[in-house]
Amino acid sequence: MNTTVIDRKTATDKSANTTEQQTKIAVKDLNLFYGEKQALFDVSIDIKEKEVTALIGPSGCGKSTFLRTLNRMNDLIDGVKINGKMVIDGEDIYQSNDVIKLRTKVGMVFQKPNLFPMSIYDNVAYGPRMQGIKNKAELNKIVEESLRGAAIWDEVKDRLKSSALGLSGGQQQRVCIARAIAMKPEVILMDEPTSALDPISTLKVEELIASMKKEYTIVIVTHNMQQAARVSDKTAFFLNGEIIEFDETNKIFSMPSDQRTEDYVTGRFG
Amino acid sequence: MSSIPVKKDAGEIGKANKRKYILEKVSGRVFLFCALLSVVSLLLIIGFVFYKGSHPFIAEGYSFIDFLLGSDWVPSEDKFGILPMIVASIYATIGALIIGVPIGLFTAIFLAEIAPRSVAKIISPAVQLLAGIPSVLYGVFGLAIIVPFLQNNLGLIKGQSLIAVIIVLAIMMLPTVVTVAETAIRAVPKAYREGSLALGVSPIGTIFKVVVPAAKSGIMTAIVLGMGRAIGETMAVILVAGNSLVIPTSLTDSIRPLTTNIALEMGYAFGTHQEMLFATGIVLFSFILILNFVLARISSKGGN
Ligand SMILES: Nc1ncnc2c1ncn2[C@@H]1O[C@H](COP(=O)(O)OP(=O)(O)OP(=O)(O)O)[C@@H](O)[C@H]1O
Ligand SMILES: [Mg+2]
Repeated sequence: MNTTVIDRKTATDKSANTTEQQTKIAVKDLNLFYGEKQALFDVSIDIKEKEVTALIGPSGCGKSTFLRTLNRMNDLIDGVKINGKMVIDGEDIYQSNDVIKLRTKVGMVFQKPNLFPMSIYDNVAYGPRMQGIKNKAELNKIVEESLRGAAIWDEVKDRLKSSALGLSGGQQQRVCIARAIAMKPEVILMDEPTSALDPISTLKVEELIASMKKEYTIVIVTHNMQQAARVSDKTAFFLNGEIIEFDETNKIFSMPSDQRTEDYVTGRFG
Repeated sequence: MSSIPVKKDAGEIGKANKRKYILEKVSGRVFLFCALLSVVSLLLIIGFVFYKGSHPFIAEGYSFIDFLLGSDWVPSEDKFGILPMIVASIYATIGALIIGVPIGLFTAIFLAEIAPRSVAKIISPAVQLLAGIPSVLYGVFGLAIIVPFLQNNLGLIKGQSLIAVIIVLAIMMLPTVVTVAETAIRAVPKAYREGSLALGVSPIGTIFKVVVPAAKSGIMTAIVLGMGRAIGETMAVILVAGNSLVIPTSLTDSIRPLTTNIALEMGYAFGTHQEMLFATGIVLFSFILILNFVLARISSKGGN
């Protein structure tokens, strides 16, 4: 009995990516309404810890809407109603009212880089400062670690005090990722993070995402099939507010089980 | 073959266009004339005020320094010192800013960021309506409500005082401050707010650390415009200032700002006395000019 346990453990260590990880986020029968209009229909999905999960689907199918339910950003929109279960680390986030704690744990990177009109340093230090960290040395350490974590440290280390808006779009987006990392989140949501970037910046961000999954659970919305195939472990295909298929990325792109998924990933659709 | 009809068409279009071009030219001139009218008025007013106001110092041997720093204003004894009025104007304006700016900013933040749309829809027009009330009515309100209130509660002999002026001016600058600041705050991109909220920062923290700093130049503009309103206000101030000619040393002192000095005495002044009132106008105008200069600097900074 003892030996089997050890065997299983070594197997996990060797091929961390192919073995099932812990469930980080469990969504069950989630429905979302913008006023009268329903945008998500009975969405159920289990997102695993330290994996990259890609959300794909045609425009307007509800990918962003779903992503924003994960850190309750939809709460900001008037008239949004949500029902169903959304459990992160065993806690239903819509039962708890601590949105601030949730958003600290679940960070977000937006489609367009949205750095604040402040210096690079102040952007990254913003979140920690607002949590009450004042110690200079500690802030310096967080800023450097976060910028390194976002693979942008070498490019900006000499200009930390200059305005963040002077950086290129790709650099800005990586500083946005650094800003999210600075809060030490466990989950990072990304909504088409490379759609406003040139191919080289896109490549850098993709490499970054691949390296980040050692530490973070990542959910990424993308319109780019190659990107989904390159960076993600699992892929969910959305259509008209429903998840049509959710599986290993390899499987979704090579032998999807639903005809509609196949039509979409082969480009015969949307 | 086909070139003939084309040519004919071109000729007809040319004729029709000619009329358009003339119309274009004429209306261009009309616009230019209208635009020049305001420039000419400005130059005339400035020229006239400066001509009259500088006369005593150029032709009659009065010292401009004594005029600015003298503390006695007794026209019948040929004493023209406006320091008490300069100080009164500055105190009243600063006092009004101290009360009016925070209230105005909080109102603007509330309207733009916090209030539900239905509430903002009621308060916003109310604030704008405040700007449309004739200033003499503010004075009447001050005289009827604020002055007696101060008199009774502070035990003053005379309620007309610096503090009464400050309160009235603070209310009068609210619509300017609120409207301009609200517009500036609303113009801050939604993406900044979302970025901050998504980091787990509270809505109030987001407002003060991201939204307001991003609207900084618009808010500065609001403050400077409010200041211009306060320093130039005459009618309401006359009614509540008390108009004593002393350098105010406390909030309860009766004061006479620059504007009211001109308005009170211009009706019967003549000769040097009248020219000295124009000179008072020059000083007032210089304050406004400085404010406008500051404003231009702010908006050019906001641009880049
Ligand atoms: N604030 C809103 N109010 C009302 N309806 C909305 C709102 N935001 C999105 N919707 C609607 O919800 C549906 C899903 O939108 P969503 O933005 O989630 O799509 P998406 O899959 O992210 O599309 P895209 O790929 O174009 O970003 C759409 O029909 C959209 O019109
Ligand atoms: Mg979207």
